[in-house]
Amino acid sequence: MNSIRTTFRNNLKQYMMLIALVALVIVFQVLTKGVLLKPMNVSNLIFQNAYVVILAVGMLLCILTGGNIDLSVGSVVALIGACAGTFIITWGWNPHLSILLCLGIGILIGSWQGFWIAYMRIPAFIVTLSGMLVFRGLTLIVLNGLTLAPFPPAYLGYSTGYVPDPLASLELFGVRNTTSLLVGILIAVIYCVTQVMGYLGRKNKGYAVENVWMLIAKMAVISPAVVWLFYILASYRGIPMVLIIVGIVLLAYSYFTSHTVMGRHLYALGGNEKAARLSGVKTKRLLFLAYVNMAFLAAVAGIVFAARLNSASPQAGMSFEMDAIGSCFLGGASAYGGVGTVGGTLIGALFMGVLNNGMSIMGISSNVQQVVKGLVLLAAVAFDAISKNKLPFNLPRFGKKALEGQHSAEM
Amino acid sequence: MAKKLLEMRSITKEFPGVKALDNVNITVNEGEIHAVVGENGAGKTTLMNVLSGVYPYGSYTGEVFYDGQLCRHQGIKDSERLGIVIIHQELALVPYLSIGENMFLGNEQQKRGRINWHQTFQKAEEYMRVVGLHEDPHTLVKDISVGKQQLIEIAKALAKNVRLLILDEPTSSLNESDSRNVLDLLLRLKKEQGVTSIIISHKLNEISYCADRITILRDGSTVETLDNQADEIPEARIVKGMVGREMTERYPTRSRKVHEEIALEVKNFTVYHELFTDRKVVDNVSLKLHKGEVVGIYGLIGAGRTELSMSIFGQAYGIKASGTVYKDGVELELNSVPDAIQANLAYVSEDRKGSGLILSNSIMHNITLPRMDFVSKKARIDKDLERNMAEHYRQSLGIKTPTVEQLVENLSGGNQQKVLLGKWIFSQPDIMILDEPTRGVDVGAKYEIYQIINELVEQGKSALFISSELTEILGMCDRIYVMNQGRIIGEFPAQEATQEIIMNCIMQDSKGEIGA
Repeated sequence: MNSIRTTFRNNLKQYMMLIALVALVIVFQVLTKGVLLKPMNVSNLIFQNAYVVILAVGMLLCILTGGNIDLSVGSVVALIGACAGTFIITWGWNPHLSILLCLGIGILIGSWQGFWIAYMRIPAFIVTLSGMLVFRGLTLIVLNGLTLAPFPPAYLGYSTGYVPDPLASLELFGVRNTTSLLVGILIAVIYCVTQVMGYLGRKNKGYAVENVWMLIAKMAVISPAVVWLFYILASYRGIPMVLIIVGIVLLAYSYFTSHTVMGRHLYALGGNEKAARLSGVKTKRLLFLAYVNMAFLAAVAGIVFAARLNSASPQAGMSFEMDAIGSCFLGGASAYGGVGTVGGTLIGALFMGVLNNGMSIMGISSNVQQVVKGLVLLAAVAFDAISKNKLPFNLPRFGKKALEGQHSAEM
Repeated sequence: MAKKLLEMRSITKEFPGVKALDNVNITVNEGEIHAVVGENGAGKTTLMNVLSGVYPYGSYTGEVFYDGQLCRHQGIKDSERLGIVIIHQELALVPYLSIGENMFLGNEQQKRGRINWHQTFQKAEEYMRVVGLHEDPHTLVKDISVGKQQLIEIAKALAKNVRLLILDEPTSSLNESDSRNVLDLLLRLKKEQGVTSIIISHKLNEISYCADRITILRDGSTVETLDNQADEIPEARIVKGMVGREMTERYPTRSRKVHEEIALEVKNFTVYHELFTDRKVVDNVSLKLHKGEVVGIYGLIGAGRTELSMSIFGQAYGIKASGTVYKDGVELELNSVPDAIQANLAYVSEDRKGSGLILSNSIMHNITLPRMDFVSKKARIDKDLERNMAEHYRQSLGIKTPTVEQLVENLSGGNQQKVLLGKWIFSQPDIMILDEPTRGVDVGAKYEIYQIINELVEQGKSALFISSELTEILGMCDRIYVMNQGRIIGEFPAQEATQEIIMNCIMQDSKGEIGA
């Protein structure tokens, strides 16, 4: 029981953000008179935010390494879009191979930046600021300042289409897209089965297990939520292809950060680089790989985004880095590194996405939207800082330290 | 009867869920050096924070009388106006500012916001002379030693017209001669300027050296106040008050069974400084470590002990010029820390917060970090196995917290140190390099750490024990190497070594340097 409470306290920020997200959805659902959760709008929300989620996951890994951010992702998104456009539209290359080539270019870009950051010890801020200018410039050179359009369907299919529905004729429960609904139910079942299996497995091996009711409560909240989401998607045009890409990214990286040795090393590196190095963590290589990965995911986002615009534009991806960074911090990542989760980042990105979408539906001007988004980011992080300290504002720093010391003595 | 300068009456201070101070009483007379001792977490620092106004009036119950007046401090500024100055354990100097600038930081020699630099540096020099510091006041603080930095802190307090000086562990990061220097300065200030001091320290020999009276705190309450002026109080008496029981043995006994086999042999190690690549920090060092043996390395700070051990540990420090390491008679290629860990070496860092632990991670994650391969299959972590392993070490090492999910930053110093030890015991080493393993932990935790080391050694493992406390080295080791200026200058079996012999050895060597 104790360990559950401690885990809960350690992730307090994340739970708070989840509650805040639910509250935000409810508020906008009321303010937009139910438009927010209309099947079409939910589908829209997914298309609008897919690239932000992908970028934010990559950004999270960079931030975990020690509060390092990547300012160049917006420009990389644009450059990859420009490359895809040139390969496919101008030169008429095979779209599938072009996509692979674009991902390769992403990895190359990441290696370039990672090399300077990890091995030459130049601050990430400066290297990626340079990257932001360089890659935006290269985009303009590649596109000669023009926009390329349109892409062939073979390219668009990867991210703008919907999963085909072979069971359309069934019309189960009166939804248009039966396959989606069944997929949703299947996912919920798989989730429950793995949870129960894990629980029983631990129990059999004699490990500590959580309270049975906690487990049931968790399943009782998550499975209906999943089914409900897919029900909504089924009521429109089904599962967007891009949701599969985002889903894979989220699953893979959440597994990577929580269940793999390298993921754990990432947290150690960000928490205390010296200690990590003295514990045998290959810190430079890890930092390098974080930036390679960031650019790789930026390339994925670039391909997705170009498909959504159905064009390669020199202005694409402007200020995407800020959305990604904002999502991470909203989701509970520490600006000093070593703290943050993929789940939290998803919540942060969705929060930003719902805020954008809801205000747009309400017809609030984009100028005002920016102000609101900025204040929300500050408020979330400030709330975290204040709730952690639980102290009046005018207290000097060492006062806080001494207090922590006293707390800890009693632990 | 001396005049009472300070009287704190039935001070109680609560934090959410924790009573840090419970009805504490303490009286300090004018012109005395008053020591406050107690185990980590006994409430010493909280008490001083109440006194100096870090916790404002009203956030605690009880009364503080200073010079006969009831104090209602709202912050540090209020107490400083009365001449109460606190020097914290972590020095509050700005490394890239000069001595003079630091000394008047927050207390600038100014006129309508314009700083009078001439006056600043002139006055700085005066105060530096008082504390016996002979440096150019324009020197940047980062360029002088920690010992001198501590003197600047004191000079800074003098510049604020201090009457009651509070020092929180002033010597915790100083070597013995620098520590002595600081204590002598306090005695001199008391005599010449009538400065009253409150000193918090774990080092009992220092306390019996300089304190007139000693107040002992335990679990947030005053245990007693001892008078050290009239009669010399034996250290064991103080310890008894602190831990609440008689501790006859400061060092637990172990069955000393040193095996014949050599576990580790280091030959001709020479290492150059990381940044100043022409500076030799380790000079042709050779040493041997038998199985089941604790070998001490003693030396003053800067002797190159940490540099030597870190460079043995997979060249984690400096640039190695020459040297070979043999383990069980086989030469090792140790080019990186992972190499060293694979070879079953462990290095327990002297700086647990700076380079030992990941404070923002849980106990569990810290313990398994060096050997993730023990708890993972093909890079996938078996979290349940990991939790069980960590739980095992939490219990066997007596880490006082209910769960291994607890973040290390929420633990007390002694418990953090045990996590650090646990992390390296988890790595199943044959040879442990322990760099100041008891720094900044209280007497009780020290004893437990010694016990842990003894257990390991009795299992046939070997330990290289580095410490700045001579008594600890003499109490724990089978054999002692003495280091000075990067070289090994002496080797003594524990039975033959005494404090005098070892200090003499260093003095003789240093003299030789100057002569040559």
